[in-house]
Amino acid sequence: MYSFEPTDEQKLIVDEAKKLASREFRSRMRDSDEAAEPAPEWMEEGWKLGLLPASIPEEYGGFGDHSTLTWVLAAEELAWGDLSATLVLAAPNLVAIPVLLCGTEEQKKEILPAFCTDSYTPASAALLEPRFNYDPNRLETTAVKKGEEYVLSGGKCNVPLAADAEWILVYADLQGKSQGFLVAKNTPGVVVKEREKNMGMLAFPMYSVQLEECKIPASHRLGGENGFDFQLLLNSSRVGLCAMALGVARAAYEYALDYAKQRQAFGEAIAQRQSIAFMLAEMRTDLDAARMMVWKAAWQLDQGEDATRESYLATNFTNDMAVMVADRALQILGGYGFIREFPVELWLRNARGFAVMEGITIL
Amino acid sequence: MISFEISEEIRKQKEYAEKVSREQIRPFARYYDENEHEVPWDFAKFIWDEARYHIGCLLPGSMDLEEPFMSQMHSVEALSWGDQGFYLCIPWPALGGTAVLATGTEEQKDRFLKRFHGKEITWASMALTEAHCGSDSAAIRTRAVRDGDSWVLNGEKLFVSTAKASMIDSKGIMIVWATIDPSLGRKGMRLFVVESGTPGLKITRLENKLGMRASDTAVVVLEDCRVPLENMLSNTGDPQKAKSFKGAMATFDSARPTAAASGAGIARATLDFLKEQLAQNGIVIRYDKHRNQMSAIERDIVDMEAQLEAAWLLILKAAWLIDQKKPNTVESSMSKLKAGEIVTKITQKGVELMGNLGYSRKLLLEKWMRDGKVIDLFEGTGQINRLIVARRILGYKSSDLK
Repeated sequence: MYSFEPTDEQKLIVDEAKKLASREFRSRMRDSDEAAEPAPEWMEEGWKLGLLPASIPEEYGGFGDHSTLTWVLAAEELAWGDLSATLVLAAPNLVAIPVLLCGTEEQKKEILPAFCTDSYTPASAALLEPRFNYDPNRLETTAVKKGEEYVLSGGKCNVPLAADAEWILVYADLQGKSQGFLVAKNTPGVVVKEREKNMGMLAFPMYSVQLEECKIPASHRLGGENGFDFQLLLNSSRVGLCAMALGVARAAYEYALDYAKQRQAFGEAIAQRQSIAFMLAEMRTDLDAARMMVWKAAWQLDQGEDATRESYLATNFTNDMAVMVADRALQILGGYGFIREFPVELWLRNARGFAVMEGITIL
Repeated sequence: MISFEISEEIRKQKEYAEKVSREQIRPFARYYDENEHEVPWDFAKFIWDEARYHIGCLLPGSMDLEEPFMSQMHSVEALSWGDQGFYLCIPWPALGGTAVLATGTEEQKDRFLKRFHGKEITWASMALTEAHCGSDSAAIRTRAVRDGDSWVLNGEKLFVSTAKASMIDSKGIMIVWATIDPSLGRKGMRLFVVESGTPGLKITRLENKLGMRASDTAVVVLEDCRVPLENMLSNTGDPQKAKSFKGAMATFDSARPTAAASGAGIARATLDFLKEQLAQNGIVIRYDKHRNQMSAIERDIVDMEAQLEAAWLLILKAAWLIDQKKPNTVESSMSKLKAGEIVTKITQKGVELMGNLGYSRKLLLEKWMRDGKVIDLFEGTGQINRLIVARRILGYKSSDLK
């Protein structure tokens, strides 16, 4: 039977995420963006939510079970506060969730407990490659098996927190298939290069990384000798980005709605003009539609169904929606939308990134 | 707990409706488009005698459904996939019946809806629009004047769907919107049930339309049309205090997602056909490519699929709220405006993508484009629904946002 009502437990989590988002994320959004550095409170206070340990079973140190849907609900609220902050807080997922969903028993035992402690452990994934025709299923970074090791070579970009990450999950081509390799901090051959300079997500440090004959034990191939289902993680990553896109878009929509009711022109609020009011109605409609698409894809993932089509369609729709909503919000603010004293330009810059930043988060 | 699981009950009804669409509707869709004003009697009889016992929403009350509106959305979508005109001329209580259920007394529900459980094929219709007003329904001029133990109706109604079917082809009912005092505006609005055969109700013209030709759309003239006092719909028991307008407007909250579901069916018909044709020509849609690596046709198809999925899920959300007995005015209007928009775009694109074949009446693409347009017009145009959504999200009254 259909139901669009979250569980009581999920409502509680959403509520807590909402409080954190406004208290610690939104309040520090602009300063962190200008400084291009995450606020320490994002990790410290954010980690107290306990979202990741709550996704990991007791036997690996956590206290719950993973649900993409729960993450999606929380991520929308968090990203409403700030996208960079949400990406930082969720960065440990980049290793923990793939290991949890696809790792071998040994990998789970070795890696997961570190993500169940009281303090934040940075982790990362390297999927994107710096070329316009980047294709997750045709990676140019290669993995070659030599004896009991895999040798990784190639160039990656937009690798989150690469300088600090305890683990980086490197995606590389292994005999025509995209596979994942768990690379521990300080492994020789991992060269963290310059900090990326992007249009948005500025307070989320990402780096260019070169893999120069980087050797890792064969046991650190994600999923072991048989590997894993790459499409599943791609779908989870897409759904994760979509959930955050909902938050960014909703932030812009709500701000524009309030502004339109305040701002007077020709003796009435600009929201009383159909040209503005209809824009807001369309923004709300597509936002709600996108949310349903993201929920559906997340629900399918939780059911263990193949969510390839749905997560792809959700991505397509949500990316467009987020840019459309942020752009219109900016338009509603007129000239103020262009000024950095107001938050809308930041949301537009962030929203534009969703379509191209695959792999920087996973829920 | 959030769930997108289709219940066994809905799945069965949907599968049955799809079979009806494939076998009893689609093969005849073109004929009734080319022969406007002919009634597809064989189909109507088949629905009445057989199909409606398998599709819950067509026989309200007879099946105790767990998710009645959710089920209706799936059935309407599946039937409209076959043909929208056919769907619209299905004999069932439809919008008129919803109004009776929403605002009628128990006695009225029984008296007016009993006929839909009988042996004789019966249609219902609703007369609201007038020449000078459509969306501005509070401005209607059709008058109801009390004369002894009856109401006397005078006026002219436009765009009455299945008017002929309900009044001439069967012994059905028509719900007529009229005012008991024009100076009262919407407070003076009342709903009256006119039964087939009532003197003074005339169908003066059948409209020739762009699409949905299998279903009749008529002009109805009421000339001293006299109905008993008990034919005024009211659930208060006191006709002077009847809250007809509000009750009747509430019927739109369920009518709009239903119209939207019909649009989703037409859009899916177009997409299914396009994908089948592309596959036959060796074009496979890849769901793992970034947009900058797709062909233009792939992008068009994927975008259309995403748009359709977006509209469909809005419809389900609106329907779920009705089943939960929760307010859904915003969601209802959102589903309708989105469906109106996407069915227009998708069907127009369908004609374009198939080149001259898309334009040919040998295929159904051009017909779907003509049929689809009405989704953005009836049950409130796309603009009216934007207005409704905008007022609600802004917390405005109609005087704040005109």
